[in-house]
Amino acid sequence: MKAVVHNISKSFENPDGTVFDALQNISLTISEGEFVAVVGRSGCGKSTLLNIVAGLLPATRGEVVFEDLTGDDRPLTSVVFQDLALFPWRSVKKNITYGLEEQKVPPEMRDERAVKLIELVGLKGFEAHYPHQLSGGMKQRTAIARSLAVNPELLLMDEPFSALDAQIRMDMQIELSRIYETTGQSFLYITHYIPEAVFLADRVVVMGGRPGMIQSIVSIDLPRPREEKIKVSPEFVDYLDRIWSEVRGKSQEFGADR
Amino acid sequence: MTLNGRVVKDKTGFLVRRQNPYVSWISVVVILGLWECVGRLGLVPPLFLPCFSAVLTSGYEMVKSGEIFSHLFASLWRIGWGFFLGAGAGILTGIVVGYFQLADDAARPLVAATYPIPKIAILPLLILWLGIGEGSKVAVITLGVFFPVVINVRAGVRNVDPLLIKAALSLGSGPFNVIRKVILPMSLPMIFAGLKLGIGIALLLVVTAEMIAADKGIGFLILSSADLMQTTRLLFGIMVLSVMGVSFAWVLERLERFLLPWRE
Repeated sequence: MKAVVHNISKSFENPDGTVFDALQNISLTISEGEFVAVVGRSGCGKSTLLNIVAGLLPATRGEVVFEDLTGDDRPLTSVVFQDLALFPWRSVKKNITYGLEEQKVPPEMRDERAVKLIELVGLKGFEAHYPHQLSGGMKQRTAIARSLAVNPELLLMDEPFSALDAQIRMDMQIELSRIYETTGQSFLYITHYIPEAVFLADRVVVMGGRPGMIQSIVSIDLPRPREEKIKVSPEFVDYLDRIWSEVRGKSQEFGADR
Repeated sequence: MTLNGRVVKDKTGFLVRRQNPYVSWISVVVILGLWECVGRLGLVPPLFLPCFSAVLTSGYEMVKSGEIFSHLFASLWRIGWGFFLGAGAGILTGIVVGYFQLADDAARPLVAATYPIPKIAILPLLILWLGIGEGSKVAVITLGVFFPVVINVRAGVRNVDPLLIKAALSLGSGPFNVIRKVILPMSLPMIFAGLKLGIGIALLLVVTAEMIAADKGIGFLILSSADLMQTTRLLFGIMVLSVMGVSFAWVLERLERFLLPWRE
């Protein structure tokens, strides 16, 4: 099914009564099984957009609709947050099965699914560990597995790798790309790091300006499965160049980088 | 190879704290020894400060006759009920006022006005209402435990990381499960902080209440021994209180570690 972001605008009221427009007329469609990345400078409203799509923040105008879902079906949109938000009192396995508990999945099936996911994200042997006992990369893997576990209509990621060091970040990109290619899950991925967006996504949405608007959408026609060496191919560099000039151009026009 | 010049020394050396397990024992033994000597040398009349050994002897007799247990169990029973009721009501109220703004707005002025009242000042009123028996004593302890627990639990609930709540919502939790499966476990450390404060207050109040009106209990033992100038019994009662306080803290510590294995 498709996720349709229809004409979303978001304004915040400042404490002094003035209104701050964060997003203006955002429309975007994410097809089933598609990986969409949103790039833009800090403060362009991309995290606000993610929160609205996740149902964690009301939009001022517009709506988010999951087509083909009707009646009581509540669209599941699990989020991997920048700060992960793992439950510290739950082990790796219990974190992963949290959403399944909420869906009233019987315990045997929860365990079965947890075992598969732990395997998929490479956390075997760490099932009983608590989050504070894990490295940054392993916490990431746990958070991704937890969000994948519920089979969400759309998996949202808000700059999930920005706290990792460069080497682990690269590993996690490759890992995530492999997970995407194995699961066929739909993703909406927020990042300010353009090479990451190009490496992972089918389409890159460039946001910019104040209030934040969609400035252009670039389809990334790079073969899958994607491997690390793709990052030095001329096509990859062309995409980087194109998106980078879009980001830079619009910011200057709006004076966003001051 | 020899090097010329100044050697860099570890400047942080004086900050290193080493535990001295023997010293802890030695300090206890030295203090008890001094106490004993003061009595043996006749520096202070035994009426004011009997020897440590005399206190132990007197205590042994009370243990043998079972007298101390009737006092101890009376006090424990009152603390037990008072703590159970006060902590239970405190945790429930704390969660409700921490979570629902309406309840918080309604309760805040009431708590602000009643919290500073020394709870023992309410005991005469409670005796008037509930009689001189167990009810008024349990009630005053309940009140004393309730406030620190409610204040800590409220703070714990309000300080739960909103991101964890968002994570739970995004994984399909409803409002009730957010309270049960996120807010409650996340507030447990603060709940325990409140319980630890509460148990100290319970001990304080049980002794005071028993000194005002009781025919049993450690507080009664201490006061009646003083009236009869039985200083050894009085001091043994105080020692029992010390053991009780240490034991309560120990039990709560254990329970906390058992319930919160995930804390660093």
